[in-house]
Amino acid sequence: MFEKVKEIIIDQLGLDEDVVIERSTSMMRDLEADSLDAVEIIMAFEDEFDIEIPDEEAEKFDNIGDIVDYIEAKLN
Amino acid sequence: MLKDKVAVVTGGSRGIGKAIALKLAEQGASVVVNYTSNSQAADEVVMAIQEMGCKALAVKADVSKADDIENLIKATEAELGKIQILVNNAGITRDGLLIRMKEEEWDDVLNINLKGVFLATKLIGKKMLKEKQGSIVNVTSVVGLMGNAGQANYAASKAGVIGFTKSVAKEFASRNINVNAVAPGFIQSDMTDKLSAEVIENYMQAIPLGRLGVANDVANLVSFLVSDHSNYITGQTIQVDGGMYI
Repeated sequence: MFEKVKEIIIDQLGLDEDVVIERSTSMMRDLEADSLDAVEIIMAFEDEFDIEIPDEEAEKFDNIGDIVDYIEAKLN
Repeated sequence: MLKDKVAVVTGGSRGIGKAIALKLAEQGASVVVNYTSNSQAADEVVMAIQEMGCKALAVKADVSKADDIENLIKATEAELGKIQILVNNAGITRDGLLIRMKEEEWDDVLNINLKGVFLATKLIGKKMLKEKQGSIVNVTSVVGLMGNAGQANYAASKAGVIGFTKSVAKEFASRNINVNAVAPGFIQSDMTDKLSAEVIENYMQAIPLGRLGVANDVANLVSFLVSDHSNYITGQTIQVDGGMYI
C-alpha cells in the first residue's frame, strides 16, 4: 500500500523516481505540493482504490503515513 | 489555430453558441455541440462542421444536472478525445418585473445560467487540471454588469458568472488553464427576436457603434480567448457590446 501511494504522489507531483518519501513525509511541507495538488492527489487515490475520501477526513492528514493508514482502514 | 483541440460548446445548437461552435471548427477544432431539446438544430450544426472537414458530435445534456455532464464527458472522450476547450454558453431568460417574478422563474434561470456553469467547469475543469492545459470561456452578458429592468434573475445569474470566472481563474492559473468571460451586449438572436421594435429602437440609441451585434462578433472573441494568442489573459470579462456599457 505504501509503495502504491508513493507511486501516485510521485506521478501527480511529477517528482523524480528517487525522491525520498517516508511515512513521516508531508506532501505540503516536504514535497512543495499546493492545495490544488493535494486535492488532485486525493482524487487520484479515490480513483485508484475506488473509495470516497470526504474533505473533512482529507484535511486531517498530516503525513503520508496518515494517508496509508486511512486507505488501509477504509479497504478492510 | 485550434487544430487537434477538442471543444465543448454548451447550448451550441443555435444563436451565439452555434456561431461559436462553427467558428471554433473553422479554426480546426473538433466540436461537441451540446443541446437540451432541439436535436435537429444540433444535428444541423454538426453536419455543417463535418462539411468543413472537422469532427463534431451532438450531445444532449442538461447543464444543471451533474449526471448529464458526466455523460457528455464520457461521450466526448470516447468519440473525440480529451477536452481542451470549454465554452459555457447555455443560457435562458424568464423575464418579468421582480414584483411579479415567480420563484420558479428565478430558480430556472439560476440553475441553467449559473449552476450549469459551476457544474460544467467543475467536472470538465477536473479533467483539464490533470492535463495541465485548457481554456474556459463563460458567456455572460452586459446585463450582468449594468442591470436591466425585467431581468433581475438573468442579471443576477450573469453577474454571478463574472465573480465565478474571476475566482476560478485564480484557482486554475497555476495549472495553465485560462478562464475568461465574454459579455455580449445586444446581439441579434432568438432571445432578442422576442423584443418589440420599440425596445430595439431604444437600445440602438444606447449603442455608440450604432448597430446591433451579430453572433459572429461574439464568436470571434471566443475563438481568440481559446487560442494561444490570449495565453496571458485570464480572469477577464470582455464586453462585445458596441460600447453599450462604458
